[in-house]
Amino acid sequence: MEYYRSQVLICTGTGCSSSNSPAIIKRFEECIRNAGLENEIKVVRTGCFGLCENGPICIVYPEGAFYSHIKVDDVERIVSEHLVKGRVVADLLYKKSVTEDGKIRSLEEIDFYKKQKRVALRNCGVIDPENINEYIAFDGYKALAKALTEMSRDDVIDVILKSGLRGRGGAGFPTGLKWKFAKAPESDVKYVCCNADEGDPGAFMDRSVLEGDPHSVLEAMAIAGYAIGSQQGYIYVRAEYPIAVKRLRIAIDQAREAGLLGKDIFGTGFNFDIDLRLGSGAFVCGEETALMTSIEGCRGEPRPRPPFPAIKGLFGKPTILNNVETLANVCQIILNGPEWFASMGTEKSKGTKVFALGGKINNTGLVEIPMGTTLREIIYDIGGGIPNGKKFKAAQTGGPSGGCIPAEHLDIPIDYDNLIAIGSMMGSGGMIVMDEDNCMVNIAKFFLEFTVDESCGKCPPCRIGTRRMLEILDRITHGKGEDGDIEKLEKLAKNIKASALCGLGQTAPNPVLSTLRYFRDEYEAHIYEKRCPAGVCKALLSYAIDPEKCRGCSLCARNCPAGAISGQVRSPFVIDNKKCIKCGACEASCKFGAIVKR
Amino acid sequence: MRSIQELEAIRESTLENMTLRKEHNGTRIVVGMATCGIAAGARGVLTAFMEELAERKLIHVALTQMGCIGMCHLEPIVEVHQPGHETVTYVKVTPDMARRIVREHIEGGSPIEEYTLSHYRAK
Repeated sequence: MEYYRSQVLICTGTGCSSSNSPAIIKRFEECIRNAGLENEIKVVRTGCFGLCENGPICIVYPEGAFYSHIKVDDVERIVSEHLVKGRVVADLLYKKSVTEDGKIRSLEEIDFYKKQKRVALRNCGVIDPENINEYIAFDGYKALAKALTEMSRDDVIDVILKSGLRGRGGAGFPTGLKWKFAKAPESDVKYVCCNADEGDPGAFMDRSVLEGDPHSVLEAMAIAGYAIGSQQGYIYVRAEYPIAVKRLRIAIDQAREAGLLGKDIFGTGFNFDIDLRLGSGAFVCGEETALMTSIEGCRGEPRPRPPFPAIKGLFGKPTILNNVETLANVCQIILNGPEWFASMGTEKSKGTKVFALGGKINNTGLVEIPMGTTLREIIYDIGGGIPNGKKFKAAQTGGPSGGCIPAEHLDIPIDYDNLIAIGSMMGSGGMIVMDEDNCMVNIAKFFLEFTVDESCGKCPPCRIGTRRMLEILDRITHGKGEDGDIEKLEKLAKNIKASALCGLGQTAPNPVLSTLRYFRDEYEAHIYEKRCPAGVCKALLSYAIDPEKCRGCSLCARNCPAGAISGQVRSPFVIDNKKCIKCGACEASCKFGAIVKR
Repeated sequence: MRSIQELEAIRESTLENMTLRKEHNGTRIVVGMATCGIAAGARGVLTAFMEELAERKLIHVALTQMGCIGMCHLEPIVEVHQPGHETVTYVKVTPDMARRIVREHIEGGSPIEEYTLSHYRAK
């Protein structure tokens, strides 16, 4: 038996990888070898720990020492002090993981993790995703074994139905029902598809699951295949996720080699295999019918439903499509029972939800919370609040299909139905936090720009309608808004929602509608007062020099690229607003704080 | 994979190497690994502990190091912490003693009085 007295776990998710964790791992291995400790200490590459803000992250066991923001140069010290002499390098530890008297807190006691409940992310940051045995060690493929040997196909569907699991891709359709619909039709061929075409700006939940625990998705797909009577699965994943794609490939190969995918799994006569299909990053391909069209090798465009995929899906055969996070819950439900899963969450939304926290928040990262947790708990207790003492203005959930939740709804328990009631939606789990410096009209414009770019062009309401809306927003943010613009936006939004072909178009007006609902005053300030309250929309800003503070040093005039500032040295300068291009160079260069933005 | 037994075998053998990553609150063996400890041969003691623990599959025992506790002349010093028991401090430990500590104290449950600090002091 191999025995290691210490294990060094290092995150190799996309976040930590981009801040150099591969080089850090190399250095660790080098230093450990130089110290002659390679038989005593094991370096383990794991998936995401969630606290991406503090990456690269490394945890050393058995002490559980949580090192954050490590650099390649720090590694030698960790090895020579901690691993050789047993002295934890205190100044490199994540500050919140150390108690006042210098003791190391266990992960569950750290604020960021305290209120979390990791079900879909249970193995992320714990196992080596490129080693199938580590997945098996934590009960991997046990759920598949249980389903194949102890449960009928109806039993499996029944358990998923009873658990109350709803689709984590955004719409929240009951997963068990989807499986039931796809089991019903008689067909020689059926398909199981995994939607890993995560595309919302700021969302990275599915990527982290695929990078940190790819087998949990493969196993769940095989269970789904057994339940509906399918032998072939496809994972549709973005080519922009190279680490996820690589780990999926390794995982599929290892599962095939172990006989957990392929023919006669566990000697039960059940055959199931999975192939990858890479998407080139078109947002619309996250829509189920467009995704299937893309797998078929055609241009990714949606088609009207019905017929629903459960009846006529991929290659015209009955098909189920489940999101990555949905699948990541399945094995745990089979193993622990539907009652266990249903004990978490709210009445109509069971279980947990993973959110990717981003924007103006201290702990940017990945969190998994039981449904029903309030926004306030997520942002302040787990997320650590807003940086620089700024005030919370809104949280955007659901990406370009969702909406903004204002401060007045901070205490609403988060679940599918509550979010819809307040004009947003769960979406796939992106959560972008905004503070007082964000202009809500500009935010709405940002999301609409995204949908205009990503509209596939098949149906006119989405192709033309969203563009017209964007033009109006563009005018408003450029100080050319007119009376009646708000009403026009509302009318267009209503029509697009009612008539667009697919989910992308039907939800595209949501960011505008929800900001209009809660921040109508900001729209009005832009249109009627030609003023941007947050000071973001450049066209509505004007710069001036405070003559009291100006010393006449001429630095601003020398830095102005438009030659808009003039004056005599040692007396106050002035800005010519006709020439000013509002670049802010004067403000950045002034040493006396004399430039005022209005 | 032909059988669930096969899956279970992989699970058990891999888990042995992963228990370290779970929260630890069981037995802990701590070896003094400051300069004084290393000079007195603590390295060999640590290795002996590792080998003996591995051989006896005592995977739930954590093996860590500590710095100098001020009794450099008694190094290598080894402490055994067990929940619900008083900490036992062994002094001038050799690799052979380490192996015996694993067998008799960790596995057998009875501390080896003649190796302890209190015994040394009483001499």
